[in-house]
Amino acid sequence: MEIQEFVVNFANQFDDTELEVFTPETRFRDLEEWSSLTGLAVMNMVAKKYEVKITPAELKSVETIEALYNLVAGKK
Amino acid sequence: MNNPFTLSGKTILVTGASAGIGRGIAVACAGMGAQVILTARNTERLQETLSQLEGDGHSYIAADLTNEAERRVLVEQLPMLDGVVQCAGVGNRVPCKMLMQEDLDRVMKPNTEAPMLLQSLLLSEKKLKKQASVVFIASAAATMPVAGNAVYSASKAALVAYAKCLAQELASRQIRVNCISPAMVWTNLIKEDLSMEQLKRAESTYPLGRFGKSEDIAYLSIYLLSNASEWMTGNDIEITGGSLIG
Repeated sequence: MEIQEFVVNFANQFDDTELEVFTPETRFRDLEEWSSLTGLAVMNMVAKKYEVKITPAELKSVETIEALYNLVAGKK
Repeated sequence: MNNPFTLSGKTILVTGASAGIGRGIAVACAGMGAQVILTARNTERLQETLSQLEGDGHSYIAADLTNEAERRVLVEQLPMLDGVVQCAGVGNRVPCKMLMQEDLDRVMKPNTEAPMLLQSLLLSEKKLKKQASVVFIASAAATMPVAGNAVYSASKAALVAYAKCLAQELASRQIRVNCISPAMVWTNLIKEDLSMEQLKRAESTYPLGRFGKSEDIAYLSIYLLSNASEWMTGNDIEITGGSLIG
Protein backbone atom coordinates (compact mmCIF):
# COMPACT_ATOMS: atom_id res chain seq x y z
CA MET A 1 0.00 0.00 0.00
CA GLU A 2 1.51 3.27 -1.20
CA ILE A 3 0.55 6.75 -0.01
CA GLN A 4 0.88 8.27 -3.51
CA GLU A 5 -1.49 5.73 -4.99
CA PHE A 6 -3.88 6.27 -2.08
CA VAL A 7 -3.89 10.03 -2.72
CA VAL A 8 -4.78 9.43 -6.39
CA ASN A 9 -7.55 7.00 -5.48
CA PHE A 10 -8.85 9.55 -2.99
CA ALA A 11 -8.69 12.35 -5.57
CA ASN A 12 -10.60 10.25 -8.11
CA GLN A 13 -13.69 10.48 -5.93
CA PHE A 14 -13.89 14.18 -6.82
CA ASP A 15 -15.30 15.44 -10.12
CA ASP A 16 -14.22 19.06 -10.27
CA THR A 17 -11.21 19.42 -7.96
CA GLU A 18 -7.96 19.03 -9.93
CA LEU A 19 -5.66 16.11 -9.11
CA GLU A 20 -2.76 18.52 -8.39
CA VAL A 21 -4.66 19.91 -5.41
CA PHE A 22 -4.34 16.62 -3.52
CA THR A 23 -1.32 15.83 -1.34
CA PRO A 24 -0.97 13.68 1.78
CA GLU A 25 -1.32 16.86 3.84
CA THR A 26 -4.57 17.97 2.18
CA ARG A 27 -7.27 18.75 4.74
CA PHE A 28 -10.00 17.29 2.59
CA ARG A 29 -12.95 18.73 4.46
CA ASP A 30 -11.74 22.21 3.51
CA LEU A 31 -12.17 21.43 -0.21
CA GLU A 32 -15.18 23.14 -1.71
CA GLU A 33 -16.33 19.95 -3.41
CA TRP A 34 -16.28 17.83 -0.21
CA SER A 35 -19.72 16.60 0.81
CA SER A 36 -21.26 13.68 2.67
CA LEU A 37 -21.65 11.97 -0.72
CA THR A 38 -17.89 12.32 -1.36
CA GLY A 39 -17.34 10.81 2.08
CA LEU A 40 -19.52 7.87 1.12
CA ALA A 41 -17.54 7.49 -2.12
CA VAL A 42 -14.26 7.50 -0.16
CA MET A 43 -15.52 4.81 2.24
CA ASN A 44 -16.58 2.68 -0.74
CA MET A 45 -13.26 3.24 -2.49
CA VAL A 46 -11.38 2.07 0.64
CA ALA A 47 -13.62 -1.01 0.93
CA LYS A 48 -13.23 -1.97 -2.73
CA LYS A 49 -9.57 -1.12 -3.39
CA TYR A 50 -8.10 -1.92 0.05
CA GLU A 51 -10.67 -4.36 1.41
CA VAL A 52 -10.89 -2.37 4.62
CA LYS A 53 -14.16 -1.23 6.12
CA ILE A 54 -14.03 2.16 7.78
CA THR A 55 -16.94 3.59 9.71
CA PRO A 56 -18.34 7.10 9.32
CA ALA A 57 -17.01 7.83 12.83
CA GLU A 58 -13.51 6.75 11.82
CA LEU A 59 -13.64 8.89 8.69
CA LYS A 60 -14.81 11.79 10.81
CA SER A 61 -11.88 11.32 13.18
CA VAL A 62 -9.23 12.14 10.55
CA GLU A 63 -8.41 15.51 9.04
CA THR A 64 -5.88 14.78 6.28
CA ILE A 65 -5.54 12.21 3.52
CA GLU A 66 -2.38 10.93 5.20
CA ALA A 67 -4.22 10.37 8.47
CA LEU A 68 -6.87 8.42 6.59
CA TYR A 69 -4.15 6.43 4.85
CA ASN A 70 -2.61 5.56 8.22
CA LEU A 71 -6.02 4.55 9.54
CA VAL A 72 -6.61 2.25 6.58
CA ALA A 73 -3.07 0.82 6.68
CA GLY A 74 -3.51 0.12 10.39
CA LYS A 75 -6.66 -1.88 9.70
CA LYS A 76 -5.26 -3.99 6.88
CA MET B 1 -36.17 33.42 -31.86
CA ASN B 2 -33.69 31.27 -30.01
CA ASN B 3 -35.04 27.72 -30.00
CA PRO B 4 -35.01 26.37 -26.41
CA PHE B 5 -35.42 22.81 -27.68
CA THR B 6 -32.37 22.74 -29.93
CA LEU B 7 -29.77 20.02 -29.38
CA SER B 8 -27.23 21.75 -31.60
CA GLY B 9 -23.72 21.43 -30.16
CA LYS B 10 -24.70 18.56 -27.87
CA THR B 11 -23.18 15.09 -28.00
CA ILE B 12 -25.67 12.42 -27.00
CA LEU B 13 -25.29 8.69 -26.36
CA VAL B 14 -28.36 6.56 -27.13
CA THR B 15 -28.45 2.92 -26.00
CA GLY B 16 -30.81 0.43 -27.60
CA ALA B 17 -30.43 2.50 -30.75
CA SER B 18 -30.74 -0.39 -33.22
CA ALA B 19 -34.54 -0.53 -33.13
CA GLY B 20 -37.80 0.74 -31.71
CA ILE B 21 -37.89 3.70 -29.36
CA GLY B 22 -34.08 3.96 -29.21
CA ARG B 23 -33.84 4.30 -32.97
CA GLY B 24 -36.65 6.87 -32.97
CA ILE B 25 -34.85 8.90 -30.31
CA ALA B 26 -31.53 8.79 -32.18
CA VAL B 27 -33.19 9.98 -35.40
CA ALA B 28 -35.04 12.79 -33.63
CA CYS B 29 -31.93 13.95 -31.72
CA ALA B 30 -29.95 14.17 -34.96
CA GLY B 31 -32.85 16.07 -36.52
CA MET B 32 -32.57 18.63 -33.70
CA GLY B 33 -28.86 19.12 -34.37
CA ALA B 34 -27.22 16.74 -31.89
CA GLN B 35 -24.16 14.67 -32.64
CA VAL B 36 -25.38 11.18 -31.79
CA ILE B 37 -23.44 8.11 -30.68
CA LEU B 38 -25.46 4.93 -31.10
CA THR B 39 -24.95 1.73 -29.23
CA ALA B 40 -26.64 -1.69 -29.24
CA ARG B 41 -25.50 -5.25 -29.88
CA ASN B 42 -26.30 -5.63 -33.58
CA THR B 43 -23.87 -3.86 -35.93
CA GLU B 44 -26.02 -4.25 -39.03
CA ARG B 45 -29.05 -2.66 -37.40
CA LEU B 46 -26.89 0.09 -35.90
CA GLN B 47 -25.66 0.91 -39.40
CA GLU B 48 -29.26 1.06 -40.54
CA THR B 49 -30.05 3.57 -37.78
CA LEU B 50 -26.92 5.54 -38.64
CA SER B 51 -28.03 5.79 -42.27
CA GLN B 52 -31.28 7.44 -41.12
CA LEU B 53 -29.56 10.23 -39.15
CA GLU B 54 -29.56 13.78 -40.51
CA GLY B 55 -26.26 15.66 -40.49
CA ASP B 56 -22.64 14.59 -40.05
CA GLY B 57 -20.45 13.40 -37.23
CA HIS B 58 -22.65 10.60 -35.91
CA SER B 59 -21.15 7.24 -35.03
CA TYR B 60 -21.93 3.87 -33.49
CA ILE B 61 -20.16 1.51 -31.13
CA ALA B 62 -21.54 -2.03 -30.94
CA ALA B 63 -21.67 -3.42 -27.39
CA ASP B 64 -23.61 -5.85 -25.25
CA LEU B 65 -24.33 -3.69 -22.21
CA THR B 66 -24.95 -6.72 -19.98
CA ASN B 67 -21.27 -7.60 -20.42
CA GLU B 68 -18.86 -5.72 -18.16
CA ALA B 69 -15.89 -5.87 -20.54
CA GLU B 70 -17.99 -4.55 -23.43
CA ARG B 71 -19.41 -1.76 -21.28
CA ARG B 72 -15.88 -0.75 -20.42
CA VAL B 73 -14.72 -0.78 -24.06
CA LEU B 74 -17.73 1.37 -25.00
CA VAL B 75 -17.14 3.94 -22.27
CA GLU B 76 -13.40 4.18 -23.04
CA GLN B 77 -14.23 5.23 -26.59
CA LEU B 78 -16.77 7.89 -25.66
CA PRO B 79 -16.11 11.63 -25.77
CA MET B 80 -17.53 13.94 -23.07
CA LEU B 81 -21.32 13.77 -23.24
CA ASP B 82 -24.07 16.38 -22.91
CA GLY B 83 -26.78 13.76 -22.86
CA VAL B 84 -27.43 10.08 -22.36
CA VAL B 85 -30.59 8.18 -23.22
CA GLN B 86 -30.65 4.73 -21.68
CA CYS B 87 -33.19 2.98 -23.83
CA ALA B 88 -31.94 -0.60 -24.15
CA GLY B 89 -34.35 -3.13 -22.72
CA VAL B 90 -36.30 -6.31 -23.30
CA GLY B 91 -39.83 -7.48 -22.64
CA ASN B 92 -40.92 -10.79 -21.18
CA ARG B 93 -44.22 -12.16 -20.00
CA VAL B 94 -44.33 -14.97 -17.50
CA PRO B 95 -46.88 -15.80 -14.79
CA CYS B 96 -45.52 -15.34 -11.25
CA LYS B 97 -46.00 -18.98 -10.34
CA MET B 98 -43.75 -20.08 -13.21
CA LEU B 99 -41.03 -17.58 -12.55
CA MET B 100 -37.49 -18.97 -12.51
CA GLN B 101 -34.05 -17.51 -12.00
CA GLU B 102 -33.48 -17.49 -15.77
CA ASP B 103 -36.60 -15.32 -16.28
CA LEU B 104 -35.30 -12.83 -13.74
CA ASP B 105 -31.86 -12.78 -15.32
CA ARG B 106 -33.23 -12.39 -18.83
CA VAL B 107 -35.12 -9.22 -17.84
CA MET B 108 -33.37 -7.69 -14.85
CA LYS B 109 -29.88 -7.84 -16.37
CA PRO B 110 -30.61 -5.75 -19.51
CA ASN B 111 -33.43 -3.60 -18.07
CA THR B 112 -32.12 -2.78 -14.61
CA GLU B 113 -28.57 -3.92 -13.94
CA ALA B 114 -26.97 -2.89 -17.24
CA PRO B 115 -28.25 0.73 -17.17
CA MET B 116 -27.10 1.16 -13.56
CA LEU B 117 -23.67 -0.32 -14.25
CA LEU B 118 -23.23 1.67 -17.46
CA GLN B 119 -24.20 4.82 -15.59
CA SER B 120 -21.67 4.00 -12.87
CA LEU B 121 -18.91 3.74 -15.48
CA LEU B 122 -19.95 6.95 -17.23
CA LEU B 123 -19.62 8.74 -13.89
CA SER B 124 -16.45 7.11 -12.58
CA GLU B 125 -14.76 7.70 -15.96
CA LYS B 126 -16.02 11.29 -15.84
CA LYS B 127 -17.74 11.20 -19.23
CA LEU B 128 -20.64 13.51 -18.31
CA LYS B 129 -20.30 17.25 -18.67
CA LYS B 130 -21.68 19.54 -16.03
CA GLN B 131 -25.33 20.29 -16.85
CA ALA B 132 -25.65 17.05 -18.80
CA SER B 133 -29.06 15.39 -19.01
CA VAL B 134 -29.64 11.69 -18.40
CA VAL B 135 -32.87 10.06 -19.56
CA PHE B 136 -34.00 6.55 -18.73
CA ILE B 137 -36.74 4.94 -20.77
CA ALA B 138 -38.76 3.15 -18.10
CA SER B 139 -42.36 2.08 -18.65
CA ALA B 140 -45.88 2.85 -17.52
CA ALA B 141 -45.82 -0.83 -16.55
CA ALA B 142 -43.78 0.24 -13.51
CA THR B 143 -46.97 1.56 -11.92
CA MET B 144 -49.65 -0.21 -13.98
CA PRO B 145 -50.08 -3.85 -12.92
CA VAL B 146 -50.90 -6.35 -15.64
CA ALA B 147 -51.09 -10.12 -15.06
CA GLY B 148 -48.09 -11.81 -16.61
CA ASN B 149 -45.94 -8.69 -16.66
CA ALA B 150 -44.53 -8.84 -13.11
CA VAL B 151 -40.84 -9.15 -13.88
CA TYR B 152 -40.87 -6.51 -16.60
CA SER B 153 -42.86 -4.14 -14.34
CA ALA B 154 -40.46 -4.76 -11.46
CA SER B 155 -37.42 -4.20 -13.67
CA LYS B 156 -38.72 -0.78 -14.74
CA ALA B 157 -39.97 0.22 -11.27
CA ALA B 158 -36.47 -0.50 -9.96
CA LEU B 159 -35.00 1.68 -12.69
CA VAL B 160 -37.30 4.60 -11.78
CA ALA B 161 -36.39 4.33 -8.09
CA TYR B 162 -32.71 4.17 -8.98
CA ALA B 163 -32.96 7.19 -11.27
CA LYS B 164 -34.46 9.33 -8.51
CA CYS B 165 -31.54 8.57 -6.19
CA LEU B 166 -29.13 9.28 -9.03
CA ALA B 167 -30.85 12.63 -9.57
CA GLN B 168 -30.15 13.48 -5.91
CA GLU B 169 -26.49 12.53 -6.25
CA LEU B 170 -25.85 14.51 -9.44
CA ALA B 171 -27.89 17.64 -8.75
CA SER B 172 -24.93 19.49 -7.21
CA ARG B 173 -23.24 19.30 -10.62
CA GLN B 174 -26.42 20.48 -12.37
CA ILE B 175 -26.67 17.08 -14.06
CA ARG B 176 -30.32 16.19 -14.48
CA VAL B 177 -31.84 12.73 -14.42
CA ASN B 178 -35.38 11.94 -15.54
CA CYS B 179 -37.41 8.94 -16.65
CA ILE B 180 -39.93 8.56 -19.41
CA SER B 181 -42.59 5.92 -18.78
CA PRO B 182 -44.48 5.16 -21.97
CA ALA B 183 -47.58 3.03 -22.20
CA MET B 184 -47.79 0.75 -25.23
CA VAL B 185 -45.68 1.92 -28.18
CA TRP B 186 -45.69 0.13 -31.54
CA THR B 187 -42.32 -1.63 -31.57
CA ASN B 188 -41.15 -5.21 -32.00
CA LEU B 189 -40.89 -5.48 -28.21
CA ILE B 190 -44.65 -5.54 -27.71
CA LYS B 191 -45.23 -7.85 -30.69
CA GLU B 192 -43.06 -10.59 -29.21
CA ASP B 193 -45.42 -11.67 -26.47
CA LEU B 194 -48.88 -10.57 -27.60
CA SER B 195 -50.91 -11.41 -30.69
CA MET B 196 -51.91 -8.67 -33.12
CA GLU B 197 -55.53 -9.27 -32.14
CA GLN B 198 -54.74 -8.71 -28.43
CA LEU B 199 -52.78 -5.59 -29.29
CA LYS B 200 -55.51 -4.13 -31.50
CA ARG B 201 -58.09 -4.76 -28.80
CA ALA B 202 -55.91 -3.02 -26.19
CA GLU B 203 -55.21 -0.15 -28.59
CA SER B 204 -58.92 0.52 -29.06
CA THR B 205 -59.23 1.28 -25.31
CA TYR B 206 -56.70 4.14 -25.47
CA PRO B 207 -58.51 7.51 -25.13
CA LEU B 208 -56.40 9.06 -27.89
CA GLY B 209 -57.30 6.11 -30.12
CA ARG B 210 -53.90 4.57 -30.69
CA PHE B 211 -50.73 3.20 -29.14
CA GLY B 212 -47.67 5.43 -29.20
CA LYS B 213 -45.18 5.80 -32.01
CA SER B 214 -41.44 5.96 -31.39
CA GLU B 215 -41.57 9.64 -32.37
CA ASP B 216 -44.02 10.40 -29.55
CA ILE B 217 -41.39 9.25 -27.05
CA ALA B 218 -38.53 10.80 -29.01
CA TYR B 219 -40.04 14.29 -28.85
CA LEU B 220 -40.32 14.08 -25.06
CA SER B 221 -36.69 12.94 -24.94
CA ILE B 222 -35.71 16.02 -26.94
CA TYR B 223 -37.34 18.22 -24.31
CA LEU B 224 -35.53 16.41 -21.49
CA LEU B 225 -32.17 16.58 -23.29
CA SER B 226 -32.52 20.25 -24.24
CA ASN B 227 -31.93 23.33 -22.11
CA ALA B 228 -35.70 23.84 -22.08
CA SER B 229 -35.92 21.36 -19.18
CA GLU B 230 -33.02 22.71 -17.14
CA TRP B 231 -35.17 23.01 -13.98
CA MET B 232 -36.35 19.45 -14.17
CA THR B 233 -34.76 16.50 -12.40
CA GLY B 234 -35.84 13.36 -10.55
CA ASN B 235 -39.09 13.12 -12.49
CA ASP B 236 -40.79 10.16 -14.07
CA ILE B 237 -43.00 11.36 -16.91
CA GLU B 238 -45.82 9.09 -18.03
CA ILE B 239 -46.71 9.37 -21.71
CA THR B 240 -49.66 7.15 -22.35
CA GLY B 241 -52.14 8.31 -24.99
CA GLY B 242 -54.50 8.87 -22.06
CA SER B 243 -54.48 5.22 -21.04
CA LEU B 244 -53.82 6.02 -17.38
CA ILE B 245 -56.68 8.51 -17.05
CA GLY B 246 -58.58 7.17 -14.02
